[in-house]
Amino acid sequence: MSLTKDQIAQRIAKEVKDGYYVNLGIGIPTLVANYVQEDIAVEFQSENGVLGMGPFPFEGEEDADVINAGKQTITTLPGASFFDSAMSFSMIRGRHVDLTILGAMEVAENGDIANWKIPGKMVKGMGGAMDLVASAENIIVAMMHTNKRGASKLLERCSLPLTGVGCVKKVVTNLAVLEIRDNAFILKERAPGVSVEDIVKATAGTLVVEGDIPEMKF
Amino acid sequence: MIKKKVPSAVEALKGVESGMTLMLGGFGLCGIPENSIARLVALGVKDLTCISNNAGVDDFGLGLLLQNHQIKKMISSYVGENDEFERQMLSGELEVDLIPQGSLAERCRAAQAGVPAFYTPAGYGTEVGEGKESREFNGKMHILEHAFDADFAFVKAWKGDEAGNLIFKGTARNFNPVMCGAARITVAEVEELVPAGELDPNAIHIPGIFVQRIYQGERYEKRIEQRTVRKPA
Repeated sequence: MSLTKDQIAQRIAKEVKDGYYVNLGIGIPTLVANYVQEDIAVEFQSENGVLGMGPFPFEGEEDADVINAGKQTITTLPGASFFDSAMSFSMIRGRHVDLTILGAMEVAENGDIANWKIPGKMVKGMGGAMDLVASAENIIVAMMHTNKRGASKLLERCSLPLTGVGCVKKVVTNLAVLEIRDNAFILKERAPGVSVEDIVKATAGTLVVEGDIPEMKF
Repeated sequence: MIKKKVPSAVEALKGVESGMTLMLGGFGLCGIPENSIARLVALGVKDLTCISNNAGVDDFGLGLLLQNHQIKKMISSYVGENDEFERQMLSGELEVDLIPQGSLAERCRAAQAGVPAFYTPAGYGTEVGEGKESREFNGKMHILEHAFDADFAFVKAWKGDEAGNLIFKGTARNFNPVMCGAARITVAEVEELVPAGELDPNAIHIPGIFVQRIYQGERYEKRIEQRTVRKPA
């Protein structure tokens, strides 16, 4: 069975380690916060200017002055801080943020990522994604393995305008966990019930399958 | 004490003309200079170049200026959430320069700090880096980005005093502090304007030297773009 978006988030949450400052992108990455182990200390950064982001507020407790980068109302946890946009990107560009989790439209076997523009169709902008992928050492892409038309999003080369070059090292999809190394996707784990063959079929870029590929554990 | 207080948006926006380049604080609709935007609509100035992280929504924030066809060019990092914007951009009525959010913030700060340009890795190897000087530092490629050159900066703070000192609240801080002093004239609107001496100097986020005019906003709608709540446990 391929994973739901929540299950992708749940698997990625295992990559979040004690003491990490983490930036979560919009979409599946936002869900990761729900699955981080409770016994480890982690702080979530949102690039609009908050560190120590908490869960969404209860109804009636929303504050128009406290939102995340997706413009959703949020709360803060003890130890939280607010800051301006330049300082926020000092944290990101200065590599003080330990882990960046973001979505993508395409990822290539050389680590390129595209997620901000479909020429002539959709131009929303890159927001903070270009700064994040250019600076972070530890980037995990969370996305579906194929697009709505069934075409692979793991390619030899990206066809869409790039967000960053050679920066992605790990991808978690609804089918698999993959690492990017030496111009190839290295298959590390399969979603429960998904065969290696299913993953081979859904991957357009070079896929390396070495030995037995274990099923993901949550 | 050098007084920066002006009675209202009318006096605060004196000198704004068509064709000018304006900076506007805010992230989405959070911390936007609502009263200055309303005054820009009333003034009807056109052919504006607006530097702002986002472009508002159809009927609020910078969307109001877009509806009125007052904006010639937008310099932003993210412009989803606005159908009129998309229509004007795809039809070619509106010129749009999309740049990485961190570069947007740093180009404001550079203007504020008198730094003409800086290198950043953001956008290298992408459309954003095309035609820009690039250089390797510590084994990594960077592109040269320049400080903005703007006529007016419109910012919104939570509290301010007559000397122009500002304190921001929550994530409404965002781009507002980095735009202060980054244009020839900085206009700050605040929810609460107090006499000098009432704000603790230790608590000031932006010193009044970066602000030329300050006024108390008449009213604040503070619209929430994505009201998101959790269910009680």
